[in-house]
Amino acid sequence: MPHFDLAAVLTDEFRGWLLQGLLLSLELMATTWLLAVPLATFTALCRLSSLAPARWLGFVLVEGIRNIPLLVQLLFWYFAVPELLPESVRAWLYEHNAEFICAAGGLTLYTSAFMAEDIRSGIRAVPITQLEAARALGFSFLASMRRIVLPQAIRIIVPPLISQSLNLWKNTSVATVIGTAELMYQAQRVETASFRGVETFTLTTVAYLSVSLTITALAVWFQRRFPVRTA
Amino acid sequence: MIDIIDTYWLYFLVGQYPDGPLGGLVLTILLGFAALMLALPLGIALGLARVSERRWLQWPVTALVYIVRGTPLLMVIFWAYFFLPSVTGHKTGQFATMLTALVIFNGMYIAEIVRAGIQGIPKGQMECARSLGLSYSKAMRYVVLPQAARNMLPSFVNQFVTTLKETSLGYIIGLAEVSFVANQINTLLLTRPVAVFSTLALAYFILCFGLSRVAYFLEVRRNRQAT
Repeated sequence: MPHFDLAAVLTDEFRGWLLQGLLLSLELMATTWLLAVPLATFTALCRLSSLAPARWLGFVLVEGIRNIPLLVQLLFWYFAVPELLPESVRAWLYEHNAEFICAAGGLTLYTSAFMAEDIRSGIRAVPITQLEAARALGFSFLASMRRIVLPQAIRIIVPPLISQSLNLWKNTSVATVIGTAELMYQAQRVETASFRGVETFTLTTVAYLSVSLTITALAVWFQRRFPVRTA
Repeated sequence: MIDIIDTYWLYFLVGQYPDGPLGGLVLTILLGFAALMLALPLGIALGLARVSERRWLQWPVTALVYIVRGTPLLMVIFWAYFFLPSVTGHKTGQFATMLTALVIFNGMYIAEIVRAGIQGIPKGQMECARSLGLSYSKAMRYVVLPQAARNMLPSFVNQFVTTLKETSLGYIIGLAEVSFVANQINTLLLTRPVAVFSTLALAYFILCFGLSRVAYFLEVRRNRQAT
């Protein structure tokens, strides 16, 4: 086995590929996060709604998505969904980086299902009397959620949401199966071109870890700075 | 959709078996189950180390748990793919590679379940057992762990669901589990991706949703018994 030599994979070309991959992974995470949080909030509110059809919609979304592997969902989005689209939309999709759009779409749905459950249990942790009192004072359901329940729930919700963001970061690596050129994809590319598996994967692991540990540190900081206050 | 299931159901279930290696849905379940069973002892050992008072044991294990949990499973799979042949000295099959990666990865998550389970038991239990003359390991084995196990059971079942979903990553290293087989069927048929991948999704859903319901009922029962 040739000895460990990081310089072999840090040539301009390979370093460029890996950095591009890292940037695309971060971009994928950011896009997904921004789309998933509102969707998750919507799903959580559906599940807590007093309307039975809304509750059912929320239940089907959450259970349907959580019980199917991300890999299968990404394959479905990439191979099957374009078949269902009209010709013009499909052409547009293939012209505009279909791999990224499908990965972001699949990851958004997957992440939002998990986040929705965290948001729901955070809201349920606020005593029901808070909502009842707000309703009795004449607030509408949405207004009492927004002004009374959610501000209290947010301290409970954020820590699990941060750990879902960590899962999201790790899950971006699965997008390599549909050819999204994120970090894992570029790592495989560098490995094939350089025959330096150990060095490539060491660098990639360090890159993944530094983002992961930053997110973990953020969670620790938040819990110290904003501990849960009970009503 | 029916015609595809009618033609390929056996291939979908067991892969090329008995003419070739076992694959398909049966391999998925087998791999998931084996991974969980082997990860359990590893996880319990690591979990015990996490709550140990001996720093030389607690610190390295804590670091290891943080490192592996911060790494994508796919990365662990690639590491296993690279390192196993040089450790064992001969070529490692995809099943062994995947199994090793899953055991290591899930071991860390189970360690956290075990740690939380042990820490969820009131401290008085351990102190009481110790003052009655039991050694630390006996107090852990006969007093703390049996109580913690009841709290941990739903989490273990949920972890099994997670493991089953994770086996799908075997697709990437060419292990003939159900996602890989479905993709092969899709390649054979070419024009029916919607039907093929819907069937695949449905198969996973039935398996995982069923199991997560089991976890849910275990949880409900536990909460009833606790009060």
